Amino acid sequence: MSAPTLERPAPDETALQQQFDATIAADHRIEPRDWMPEGYRKTLIRQVAQHAHSEIIGMQPEGDWLLAAPSLRRKAILLAKVQDEAGHGLYLYSAAETLGADRADLTDKLIEGRQKYSSIFNYPTLTYADVGVIGWLVDGAAICNQVPLCRSSYGPYARAMIRVCKEESFHQRQGYELLMTMMRGTPEQRAMVQDAVDRWWWPSLMMFGPPDDDSPNSAQSMAWGIKRHSNDELRQRFVDMTVPQAEFLGVTLPDPELSLDPETGHHRFGAIDWDEFKRVISGHGPKNAERIARRRAARDDNAWVTEAATTYAAKHAEAVA
Amino acid sequence: MGHEETVYEALDHAHGGEGHWAFGTGFDEPLAGVDTTVPDGVDPADLGTYCLMLGDDALVLAQRLTQWVTAAPELEEEVAVANVALDLLGQARLLLARAGSVGVLGRSRERATESIPDEDALAYFRDPDEFRNTALVEAENGDFGQTMARLLVASTVRLAVFSRLRESRDPVLAAIAAKGVNELAYHRDHAARWVLRLGDGTGESHRRVQAGVDAVGPLLADVLTATDVEQRLVAGGVAVDPADVREEVRSVLTQVLDQATLRVPEWPADTPPRGRVGQHGPELTTLLATLQGLARQHPAATW
Repeated sequence: MSAPTLERPAPDETALQQQFDATIAADHRIEPRDWMPEGYRKTLIRQVAQHAHSEIIGMQPEGDWLLAAPSLRRKAILLAKVQDEAGHGLYLYSAAETLGADRADLTDKLIEGRQKYSSIFNYPTLTYADVGVIGWLVDGAAICNQVPLCRSSYGPYARAMIRVCKEESFHQRQGYELLMTMMRGTPEQRAMVQDAVDRWWWPSLMMFGPPDDDSPNSAQSMAWGIKRHSNDELRQRFVDMTVPQAEFLGVTLPDPELSLDPETGHHRFGAIDWDEFKRVISGHGPKNAERIARRRAARDDNAWVTEAATTYAAKHAEAVA
Repeated sequence: MGHEETVYEALDHAHGGEGHWAFGTGFDEPLAGVDTTVPDGVDPADLGTYCLMLGDDALVLAQRLTQWVTAAPELEEEVAVANVALDLLGQARLLLARAGSVGVLGRSRERATESIPDEDALAYFRDPDEFRNTALVEAENGDFGQTMARLLVASTVRLAVFSRLRESRDPVLAAIAAKGVNELAYHRDHAARWVLRLGDGTGESHRRVQAGVDAVGPLLADVLTATDVEQRLVAGGVAVDPADVREEVRSVLTQVLDQATLRVPEWPADTPPRGRVGQHGPELTTLLATLQGLARQHPAATW
């Protein structure tokens, strides 16, 4: 991944660039028909596509429990949640299409490994407690990342984020409620919850991306108003928000260095294993191959369906014309 | 205060305000507010068994459709197929709860602890021979064409039954049916549109969906013959005689298949009911093993 070059507009674009800069400076929104620098467009397509891919791949870890959910109520909640994620993917691919991207092409790039998705979804879901912990921690971290994006400078992305965040906050509460129920249950259930927290805590902290001094694209994205807070700021906010929730739940977060700093009012936490992060994001996590294989199968095994729908639509468009 | 700060504040109150949570997190009884008295002259055992027939059809088909989630042809179809499965799951929960409320729990209560609600005792703690669903819903999905062919047939039958069931003397069945007809009309429409696209799409899609229709057609035999339980309830004004929906089903399917340029399969000969009396293929055993495994590992747990 190379650092984006700062824009150097051609002379006839100077006025357009000035207008764009003024819009960003005034904290107004850029809309699809507005002129925008190529770098801004490309950065946004990459970010929105990566976000859309994360929603779609993110259906799989929890989707693995859909057929085996241990009560009909839990099955309905989980099915509705996974369905919401498909919906989020749809809004986000649509937002990317307003920038000139094409959904099928973006899907191909995902399957071919040319675009990434959140590395958190490369971990397995070993017990039903994982469903709750994903809701609580993974969706919680996603919300911390995404709430500021509701003010992103690109209008369609910002508006998609408002709806996504509302639904994510339901998911987070549902996840937490499942964990509360399990903690009131049998000793086996409580052990499952603690085990799931142990496995998901550190990967959740990695969801905010590399530390600020190692985040090559952040400065330009902040300048463009695509990003509003640094990775480390958001990570800190998540830790501060989560610690009291963990206490209330009755689980231990797996970090002996976690402690409240009375001076700053923030929680200090231990060092994150960035080697693991790099290993997983570069394709060597426990489930990377399986996640992509399933997405590929959905595309390839059903290619005949898509082709039939396209042919049918064309026939009927002719018939109408 | 910026918008984002107010959202964070809302998240900090994750322990309260249950009423504001999304669908399905409440603990309300599914049949709250509906008169659950069994009508005069109706045998509760018959009524409960009939609820199991309709409820198990919905539960098993919901499970089959859920197998498409993360495997569907398009993201729009992920949403649609999950939606149909959710509707059916909702119908199953109401019907199983009704069966439980009139005391039809089979052997499930020997295994499920008291804290497990009736709907889950029935879904998770009955063995295959206690399930009353038909062969039509338990058959494997096949490809997407066969899945849509089955959904077309199953939703056509169910819509025809539920439309009539709105007049049932049992107020609970009538209420469930009234809610269900709108859902089922959408399911039938969704499946019919796919059968049209696939039948009148490419050569390959035509061949595949015709094979799907041919595979599903014979399973109708298990749906259209009334059991003794149904016959008694039909006489009591509670149930719908499947023989009464035969013509409607035949007419709808013929219309859709004709328009889709597909051959209407030969109408199956009448056979004695199998699924409705607990006779199933190995595919139901496999389906239930997945559905029930976790719940049975932890019979004392609440989820």
